[in-house]
Amino acid sequence: MKDEIVRFENVGLRYGAGAETLADLNFTLYPGSFYFLTGASGAGKTSLLKLLYLSQRPSRGVIRLFGEDAVTMPRERLPGFRRRIGVVFQDFRLVPHLSAFDNIALPLRVAGVREKDLETPVTEMLEWVGLGDRASARPATLSGGEQQRVAIARAVIGRPEILVADEPTGNVDPDMAIRLLQLFEALNTLGTTIVVATHDIHLLSKIPGAQMMRLEKGMLADPTGSLRFPPLPKDQLQ
Amino acid sequence: MFKFFAIPAHDRRLIPEGRLSGPMPWVIAIMIFLTVLAAAAGLAMTRATSDVSDQLSSRATVQIIEANPELRGRQAEAAAERLRTLPLIEEVRLLPPEEIQALIEPWLGTQDLAEEIPLPALIDLKLAHVATDAEYQSLRNTLQPIAPGARVEPSSGYIAPVISLVRSFQWIAFGLVALLALATGAAVIISARSALNTHTETIAVVHLLGGTDQQISRLFQRRIALDALLGGLIGLVGGTAIIWLISTQLTALGSGLVQSVGLDWWSWLIIAAIPILGMFLAMVTARLTVIGALRKIL
Repeated sequence: MKDEIVRFENVGLRYGAGAETLADLNFTLYPGSFYFLTGASGAGKTSLLKLLYLSQRPSRGVIRLFGEDAVTMPRERLPGFRRRIGVVFQDFRLVPHLSAFDNIALPLRVAGVREKDLETPVTEMLEWVGLGDRASARPATLSGGEQQRVAIARAVIGRPEILVADEPTGNVDPDMAIRLLQLFEALNTLGTTIVVATHDIHLLSKIPGAQMMRLEKGMLADPTGSLRFPPLPKDQLQ
Repeated sequence: MFKFFAIPAHDRRLIPEGRLSGPMPWVIAIMIFLTVLAAAAGLAMTRATSDVSDQLSSRATVQIIEANPELRGRQAEAAAERLRTLPLIEEVRLLPPEEIQALIEPWLGTQDLAEEIPLPALIDLKLAHVATDAEYQSLRNTLQPIAPGARVEPSSGYIAPVISLVRSFQWIAFGLVALLALATGAAVIISARSALNTHTETIAVVHLLGGTDQQISRLFQRRIALDALLGGLIGLVGGTAIIWLISTQLTALGSGLVQSVGLDWWSWLIIAAIPILGMFLAMVTARLTVIGALRKIL
């Protein structure tokens, strides 16, 4: 369908033979929108994000991503789709033996960007997250907050169409959390769809116009506060 | 074909490469060392059996068995004369008594036995082609009136059991080469799986950032190919040194079949190619192993 970037239809996810971790998910994400995904620990936020960034296939239902069926999509086509999605992992997942510069440059190198075209955007990105002087530092020598900023820089360097962030402010102080959200907002104004999973309810009010999806025991629940549910296209928001 | 060697340095850093730091190059070195020895043995035996067979299959010996030395001498002369007229015979050489004496010297010593033991007269024949049984029988019939005690023996008959034994060793050697190739492949599979386990997290990250199976497998291919090449060269040097040592000792023996044991230039070419073949075997095995493992994740 036009003007939608992600659509979930009756999606369920089950690990092994256990109960469904996610069940009956029906929602649509629209290009250029900002979404918060909330819910208590164990509600299924990370599992939903894994479906979004193509780390898992659902046990049932249909996921349409960039207008194509991501469930039946041949495995060989997945890398191309993953390059259109930026991911900030909850545990950062930085490559330990690579410098901050090389970690941030990784998506571009994977995408085949030439070395001479890397220097400027990666350096700019390092400056953007306030780590211009830590380019050659390895993750083990960076603080938790610095690692998180490297992870965020790596996620956005390729100008993804969707940015998925799992608890991106979990390891930073409140000031840095707000600054990171402002970075996301800036990226959002450039057209990137943002999905931020967080259990920090106070963050939600920091991004005016953001929408919220709340998960309860693997299912989407009614929204709270002034945020809208189900998500609407940005131009239909009041 | 050599695309994996052209991986940029920053990509190579994804999977750290420590030359000779792990057991892999040394395992490959031992495998290639043994393969070189087995292949050299197989090739040398192939050459030896081929040379000896070629030499002996068109040769025959006529023994003139006669107790009276004078009569034996006359019969031998007459038989040689008759043989020279036959189209089947290309060359006839009547062995002088001193040469016969020299032939039995290793068994009976240097004393002059010609007077005491009635040694047969020997005529060495070089045939125009490999003779059939019927042609040998015709030869015997021709000599019968001239020398009733004449025996015609194809030279290949003497050495046939030895050739058969050497051929068995030759196939055993090539069988060993095949087994060592399998063992090398198995070692590479273990090494590739171990490397995959060590770098699971890095692979998962590259995978989720949109890295393809080919991109990831190339990193492992290159690392394992270089390990295999390095180990292979070490094994080749060690194996070649042993071959050289053995060939020097065999040359010193200086006789018979043993002297035929040697390596042609093409055998050396095959031996020199073993590390390269080992590298390709390792590379292909690593690629299949890594891609097989990657296909198990989404």
